[in-house]
Amino acid sequence: MRCVLRLRAAPHVSGVVTLADGAGGKASRRLVEELFLDELRNPLLEPLGDAAIVGMNGARFAFTTDSYVVRPLRFPGGDIGELAVNGTVNDLSVAGAVPLALSAGFVLEEGFPLDELRALTASMARAARDAGVSVAAGDTKVVERGAADGLYVTTAGIGLLDLRAVLGLQRVRPGDRVLVSGGIAEHGIAVMLARGNLALEIDVMSDTAPLHELTASLCAFGPSLRWMRDPTRGGVATTLNELATGAGMSVVLTENAIPVRDDVRAACELLGIDPLYVANEGKLVAVVAPDSADAALAALRAHPLGAGAADVGEIRAADVPLVLVETPFGGSRIVDMLVGDPLPRIC
Amino acid sequence: MKYVDEYRSADAALAIAAELRTLVEPGDHLKLMEVCGGHTHAIYRHGLDVLLPDEVELVHGPGCPVCVIPLGRVDDAISLAERPEVTFTSFGDMLRVPGGRNRSLLEAKARGADVRIVYSPLDALKIAVAEPDREVVFFGVGFETTAPATALTLVRARERGIHNFSVFCNHVLIGPALRAILDSPDVQLDGFVGPGHVSTVIGTRPYEFVCSEYGLPLVVAGFEPTDILQAVAMLLRQLHDGRAEVENAYGRVVRRLGNPRALAALETAFAVREDFEWRGLGAIPRSGLRIADAFADLDAEQRFTVPGARIEDPKACRCGDVLRGRAKPYECGVFGTACTPERPLGTCMVSSEGACAAYYAYGRHRT
Repeated sequence: MRCVLRLRAAPHVSGVVTLADGAGGKASRRLVEELFLDELRNPLLEPLGDAAIVGMNGARFAFTTDSYVVRPLRFPGGDIGELAVNGTVNDLSVAGAVPLALSAGFVLEEGFPLDELRALTASMARAARDAGVSVAAGDTKVVERGAADGLYVTTAGIGLLDLRAVLGLQRVRPGDRVLVSGGIAEHGIAVMLARGNLALEIDVMSDTAPLHELTASLCAFGPSLRWMRDPTRGGVATTLNELATGAGMSVVLTENAIPVRDDVRAACELLGIDPLYVANEGKLVAVVAPDSADAALAALRAHPLGAGAADVGEIRAADVPLVLVETPFGGSRIVDMLVGDPLPRIC
Repeated sequence: MKYVDEYRSADAALAIAAELRTLVEPGDHLKLMEVCGGHTHAIYRHGLDVLLPDEVELVHGPGCPVCVIPLGRVDDAISLAERPEVTFTSFGDMLRVPGGRNRSLLEAKARGADVRIVYSPLDALKIAVAEPDREVVFFGVGFETTAPATALTLVRARERGIHNFSVFCNHVLIGPALRAILDSPDVQLDGFVGPGHVSTVIGTRPYEFVCSEYGLPLVVAGFEPTDILQAVAMLLRQLHDGRAEVENAYGRVVRRLGNPRALAALETAFAVREDFEWRGLGAIPRSGLRIADAFADLDAEQRFTVPGARIEDPKACRCGDVLRGRAKPYECGVFGTACTPERPLGTCMVSSEGACAAYYAYGRHRT
């Protein structure tokens, strides 16, 4: 390693919201921390996890919400209805919770075809059945033509914490292993290609899927399971940067160990995109104790959604926490958070 | 993945690295310029710098198209984009480049300008056809690599009689930029890793002056790890043998005479400007392209008025020194502080191919 010094970034000076503020990278993080957290600050929100942990009468619940504005509404491997269920199920699952119930809020644009709405709602129902949750509450608003792009969906979810798991960034230790549950970057690439303006003839399917069974199999490892996340917007790179910063330790990846399907890799090469920054909707990143890593990997691989799971790197103590990738050439590079390019709406 | 994996073989790379060490003598200090931003990016992405002998120093050159656009031209682009009748189309990289008032196209878009990202100028033309009431302007940026696509789009717009389309032309030429660097005082180079993609269009012949007039070797290289290392090895062999020639280490796509059809398209649609201002390098004679007289009606600079102001580069920013290979990014006082990829002050920080962005992203703050 040569270098390394990370200096404090310049303050957010832009006076209006730009698309970069929603891209899931540094700009999004800054908007959340400097505006939303600043105004809404409270102990439940402060950890800025995938889900808040709420205690009630001795039981502990995970509570989360997410909005879906993906365009196109249908893409190879899924649609906005399925995504809206799986995304919220996954936020609960990686918090170590068993998803119980969801709510769904629909913002509909005047003129949106009812057949299409029914089909997308049916897709939502299928996804909810697969994930073992009910859509227990809902809301509908209609706005004038032009005020929404067809349909936006917001789901919220509540889940019961799996008491076997004790998850937290503070539980991450040097030497812990970092696991990824399968090929990365599939959702983001599928949606980018589905928009049709790249003129690439590669069929990539979104990986949208509920992760509750995979996370349950990892929760069985009890305290050896340290932390989990689903690397959606901003990709694995952004998730691992949050891990490094939050845990105060470096994450060192082995480049050749990171699973990327060949077609996805080809698309990334052509587009000049690093798959580490591309969104996933059916993958998780887990940190596990080194002596449980092989067993945890086997547990993931035993499930169809984890067949491509891999041990991609380790946690190391560091004065300056960073995400590093060791290349096959003996060098290494820093994988910073996504700066927030105006990427297309992918979720 | 075919055509990628074989050029990323660690064994092959390590074998070349071993050869590199046999081609230098202790005490040598050989300064090689990788002209192209894509090379800079690949070197740090793959961590190739650790494979080079200590005697070899790589400095990066002016070959990042986003990085060389001066502030005034960005302001011109913003002023075009802000016209209510205009739909302004651009490659994504240009959107975050700050102009003279520290405003970018992305901010103009957030404030209501109709700015759209396209992946090809032909997509801009498609928008013009689909939305005949809009004046669609394409932001033509880039070296001879991207200029042929702009040229073909102009030709197609003419053939199809599309009148609501025009190009704001900022295409530049690599040869004059290299000459400007070679003519700069206090720039001491021993050779060039020549650009790859540009050379697929122009071939290797336009670099021959580097050898004949300046006595330096140049090896055209591809963008994979073994491509770059191979080119460095060929340069070191030339220096070792006392030769100064143009060699081609990217023979799988680059021919000596380039791509004649692409060159013909450039000839048809463009003319060379008397001079063009480059970010950090100043005005360079005959280094930029304008739209040919025969296509003047498709020239956004003639169809609309643009401010055309010349704006000094920010004093704190040393993009010019970085583009000439006189300074490493981390030697600039604002690198990583006032200038970061999220809030870039200089263009070298904007594009992922910019030297500063590559150094920042891959943590090469000190070497």
